[in-house]
Amino acid sequence: MLRILFAVVRRDLLLAWRRRADVFTTLAFFVIVASLFPLGVGPEANLLRTMAPGVLWVSALLATLLSVTRLFAADYADGTLEQMLLSTEPLTLIVLGKVMAYWLVTGLPLVVLAPLLGVQFDLPQGAIGVLSLSLALGTPALSLLGGIGAALTLGLRGGGVLLALLILPLYVPVLIFGAGAVGADAAGLGAGAHLLLLGACFLSALAVSPLATAAALRIAME
Amino acid sequence: MGPLPHSMLEVDQLACLRGDALLFRGLSFCLAGGGLLHVAGRNGAGKTSLLRLLCGLMLPEEGEIRWHGKSIRAQREEYHGALLFLGHANAVKDEFSALENLRVACALAGRAVSEAQALAALDAIGLAHRVELDARHLSQGQRRRVALARLLLAETVPLWILDEPFTALDVPAVGLLARTIEAHLARGGAVIYTTHQDVPIASKSVQRIDVGEFAPC
Repeated sequence: MLRILFAVVRRDLLLAWRRRADVFTTLAFFVIVASLFPLGVGPEANLLRTMAPGVLWVSALLATLLSVTRLFAADYADGTLEQMLLSTEPLTLIVLGKVMAYWLVTGLPLVVLAPLLGVQFDLPQGAIGVLSLSLALGTPALSLLGGIGAALTLGLRGGGVLLALLILPLYVPVLIFGAGAVGADAAGLGAGAHLLLLGACFLSALAVSPLATAAALRIAME
Repeated sequence: MGPLPHSMLEVDQLACLRGDALLFRGLSFCLAGGGLLHVAGRNGAGKTSLLRLLCGLMLPEEGEIRWHGKSIRAQREEYHGALLFLGHANAVKDEFSALENLRVACALAGRAVSEAQALAALDAIGLAHRVELDARHLSQGQRRRVALARLLLAETVPLWILDEPFTALDVPAVGLLARTIEAHLARGGAVIYTTHQDVPIASKSVQRIDVGEFAPC
């Protein structure tokens, strides 16, 4: 069971390494979008501190949305997805492996880069820690939910826009609790409750979305 | 007279709908071990659709497909374990070498192979000098060979479903593939394939189905 999971993660990480440029575009997008706000609203420290959690979270969310469309596209185009559907191994595990690898190459770098961007917004030390923690819990949920949308819009023209319409509503709770955690910590209320709810979002996404994604892939391949 | 050969695959009154068009209806056949089925028909008649139905990638509009007497939908994982499908697309990644492609494809199918086994298969299919080269540098025929190398590692898989396997292959490779199919039939395996080329394949039991004959009037 676990062997196929690791085989898929290994394969997708190797593929991502051989197409490094794709990974860097997502990261660059995240950094640039997050940096546009301080440039746009001006160097008003209090204002920047207040909007930092929301801006960083929305940037992370958009960066995920931008890249998640590619999750199954290449495998669909070259016929690998057919072979995955015909595997003796459970499709849910293959899907989970793909999403794990996807998170490792796009979600994890966001978590690592976010503290640097937090400094740009003059976030206090404690809030930066909470920001990293909230992204570490939230971005896997974004990747998992994005997988459902990527599978549902597979092979459609204009799939990217449709994907955004399908997935953004599902991202709302993650965004609220994620950005809320940082905001609450900065306001001195403690981020515990928000982080617990964010963890709950992640765990429910982990339980539901591989199954939903696998079902969507079977429909998409018909 | 021995007993009748036991049917592996039974297809009963199959109908296939693509979009709004009914491609065929009432298509039935039985395939036993050692049996070869050539699916014929003009372009767009529904050959590929039939093969995808037989793999369980698509659901039939009507009818049923049974593997050893049981519907394939009721035993998906067992059926997939007994099936090898090669589609139009090669499922070959540009970024991987021939060797990596073959090993990854086998692992994904749930039949992991060792490096030595994969190298032997690539050697047999005529890619011995190209195993480390990224697939992006391979020709169309060589990429097809990488996909076909999976057949050489699937001797124990009873049912092979091959969609246009001879496309893009040169004459020696076509011969090699025909011999591989013959060996599989001799082992008691069954093969279903489509082709527009005239390739002689020796077999005790050959059936031919023209999908176009089942088109609704």
